[in-house]
Amino acid sequence: MTIRTFGGFCLLCLLFLLVPLRASAAGDEAVYNEAAKLLTSRSFDEKEQAIRLLADNNHPQTKQLMTLLMESRLYFNKKDDGLYQIDDYETDKPAISLLNNEPVAIEKKRDFKKITLNNQLRSLVRQIQAEIGLKSPDLSRRLAAVREMLGSMDEDALALIRKAYAKEDSATVREVMQIAIAIGELPAADEARARDAVATLAGSLEPDARNALTQFAGSTDNAALKAAAEKALAEIEQRARFYGGVETLYFGLSLGSVLVLAGIGLAITFGVMGVINMAHGELIMLGAYTTYVIQQLMPNHIGLSLIVAIPCAFLVSALVGIAIERGVIRFLYGRPLETLLATFGISLVLQQAVRTIFSPLNRSVATPEWMSGLIEINPVLSLTTSRLYIIAFCLLVFFALLLVLKRTSLGLQVRAVSQNRAMARAMGVRSEWVDALTFGLGSGVAGVAGVALSQLTNVGPNLGQSYIIDSFMVVVFGGVGNLWGTLVAGLSLGVANKVLEPWAGAVLAKILVLVFIILFIQKRPRGLFPQRGRAAEG
Amino acid sequence: MRMKKLAAGVALGLGASVLSFSALAAETIKVGVLHSLSGTMAISETTLKDTMLMLIDEQNKKGGLLGKQLEAVVVDPASNWPLFAEKARELIEKDKVSAVFGCWTSVSRKSVLPVFEELDSLLFYPVQYEGEESSKNVFYTGAAPNQQAIPAVDYLKNELGVERWVLAGTDYVYPRTTNKILEAYLKSMGVAEEDILINYTPFGHSDWQSIVSDIKKFGSEGKKTAVVSTINGDANVPFYKELGAQGVTADDIPVVAFSVGEEELAGIDTAPLVGHLAAWNYFMSVDSEQNDEFIESWHKFIKNEDRVTNDPMEAHYIGFNMWVEAVKKAGTTDPDAVQDALIGIAVPNLTGGYATMMPNHHISKPVLIGEIQDDGQFAVVSSTPGTVVGDAWSNYLEGSKDIISDWRAPLSCGNYNVKTGKCSGQNF
Repeated sequence: MTIRTFGGFCLLCLLFLLVPLRASAAGDEAVYNEAAKLLTSRSFDEKEQAIRLLADNNHPQTKQLMTLLMESRLYFNKKDDGLYQIDDYETDKPAISLLNNEPVAIEKKRDFKKITLNNQLRSLVRQIQAEIGLKSPDLSRRLAAVREMLGSMDEDALALIRKAYAKEDSATVREVMQIAIAIGELPAADEARARDAVATLAGSLEPDARNALTQFAGSTDNAALKAAAEKALAEIEQRARFYGGVETLYFGLSLGSVLVLAGIGLAITFGVMGVINMAHGELIMLGAYTTYVIQQLMPNHIGLSLIVAIPCAFLVSALVGIAIERGVIRFLYGRPLETLLATFGISLVLQQAVRTIFSPLNRSVATPEWMSGLIEINPVLSLTTSRLYIIAFCLLVFFALLLVLKRTSLGLQVRAVSQNRAMARAMGVRSEWVDALTFGLGSGVAGVAGVALSQLTNVGPNLGQSYIIDSFMVVVFGGVGNLWGTLVAGLSLGVANKVLEPWAGAVLAKILVLVFIILFIQKRPRGLFPQRGRAAEG
Repeated sequence: MRMKKLAAGVALGLGASVLSFSALAAETIKVGVLHSLSGTMAISETTLKDTMLMLIDEQNKKGGLLGKQLEAVVVDPASNWPLFAEKARELIEKDKVSAVFGCWTSVSRKSVLPVFEELDSLLFYPVQYEGEESSKNVFYTGAAPNQQAIPAVDYLKNELGVERWVLAGTDYVYPRTTNKILEAYLKSMGVAEEDILINYTPFGHSDWQSIVSDIKKFGSEGKKTAVVSTINGDANVPFYKELGAQGVTADDIPVVAFSVGEEELAGIDTAPLVGHLAAWNYFMSVDSEQNDEFIESWHKFIKNEDRVTNDPMEAHYIGFNMWVEAVKKAGTTDPDAVQDALIGIAVPNLTGGYATMMPNHHISKPVLIGEIQDDGQFAVVSSTPGTVVGDAWSNYLEGSKDIISDWRAPLSCGNYNVKTGKCSGQNF
């Protein structure tokens, strides 16, 4: 009897224990089913309901679903309305059901439809991810999560961050959390708290901190606090201006390095050989197209393809350059006008050839993972990685070229021929052969520039045209025949352009730079670093 | 002696070929296609030439027009504006075409306009443009600003809550006029002067670092900011690349573009662009029977499954069908008769509705807002409930507010001032 009662009691207990458990599992399932149904709808409103439903109920699969949604890997099957994860949307590739994690092969692509997001949903999902991310063991994740929340600090977010702050042990994250808490507290704090909050925000460059301060300064009635906030704002302003200057300098250097890259090949063909080569831009374009072709050949190794493209582009452009030199230019030495017209004609031929072969449409060249992204120095100053690579690449090409000209026998012969052709020939230098190689070298470098430009701009038939004028500008400004001049001229023109641009607008900045160069050339016709000695007179 | 014989032979041969040409001409109706196949604009215009060839080919398969076969006369104005006028004259005077489909840029349209008016022929212009024009001889099948720019701004303001505006454009007539209209429109809705940033860049601008950085700063001052982009052609790729590189995403600062369509996206790695917007009257992704059919025949014609369709292609589709219907209605290809017959003609568009030719020579179109997806297509996020009638003269600009255009008798004027009751002397 007792045992029976006891047994009955136990059973009852078990039942009681089980009921809530079952209820929550059943709840989760209901939430999932409801959300899945809403997600497959075409209306973005219903999708929003689904996302909120998952987040509000703390459904265990929320995190996974949000990630899949953001990475657009979440699909639904039109037939059974089930949700699937698809990494590779191709026939016969697996689709993993989210219900039981079982993969099925995609028979017909049309059966599966991607669940798309719009901007509002994307920011909602990001917010939810941020809230989940606060608990992440990964430091950078937590930091990103807090910063994501800075812009939308309300009561709930404040409570959430306060809770996380107590448990946080990384100093960097704590610092941003303090700012977040200050932003959240500022509007409704008493005087002492507000003073602390203003002091905290004064040290931050986060735009959200600045906005909170501006708003506070505009709305508070307390004169002392208002003055404190305004002083903090002025300080922030000053620091932001300083970093703005650094940013402009960086932009200028990166524009300058593009100019140097585009112009340095010309510095050889025009500067050293004195050939006005209007097809220089098209040689750059050929380099960019070579990058495209190489990337088509090895679609799974984007980063590697870029590196392979560098020597290939050099070869392609160099060979085309040598062909131009042997075929046309060598008959026109000493006749600059004819050379100009002939090479202009060649540039048109090359453009149309590319149009015929590759179609007039732009080609898309992918940027490898390691080249995209930002290096964030502080909230108002971040350097784009791709530009850093371009600056480094420019310097590399420059010094390599310098080395070739100064340290190799080819360089010696090139310099000899350019300084005194008759004397060089008398010394046994095959000047014709040197001419061809020099032109090939200059053209090849143009091709290498094309590889770099393919990462920044369109790869299309008009690519070359947009750089030819800049190239000539750099070479003429720097002093014909002087590589160092080209480097200094390119970088300083880039910086000048970027300093003028915010102040005068892009169109006017360009005009001003051109006018400056014209005036400069009037005063010093031989450029920044003129060649001296007999060669210059001859 | 021998040379003479040869020359005579050549002359004879030429004469014969000319004869055979004119013999052929009697049996066909000629349609002029005036799109650049070389030069800067070839990137956009070549596709439209192919579209026209496809449409003409299909019409011929259906038995031609008025019992005759259609014949396309394709010329290449080579992105050279004066050459457009020359080629237009050649098409009308020498080839005696019944109608011309062509032009892309506003400059090229302005260049051919006097030719069409002088020779009284027909031009169907398929590209969105700045408005402020209505010619007796031109039919505008692209969008006017009120069919693209204004609804896009409304969407940003009402749906996304945008309060600060960056109007970024390439420095030429279309962006300048459109931005002038938008600025007036925004101010009429109470947007303050300091919440509008206007920026112009030269054609083919490739270094966007400082401008994107400015936009970023402008957008970080607390109010929701959006960029309305009338940046044209090639400059778009480096612009979007820079946005991506500086970490500006569409949910921070959305960019709505009026010149970026499926074709332009085909040349870009679209991953950093996801979520940015475009406003058009047609998207390839629109689900409708006509659209599926059109895409299928396009793929068959161009023999490439990967080619996309875009808005100006739809405009040619509508324009061509309108012309066919008008010729049937008029029973002749005589331009005067066709001009009159065209007004009021309604043909299906590709998004599942109808487009009607209005008395001001503009057509009615639905306006769609799409978000860029990672596959280079657009997901439609908003569309006007019905179609919007193209407005030749903007209601938001001083000077064109009071002007209307109506090419029906008795008014027959493209530039009629309702206040003064006068039709201005110019024809457009």
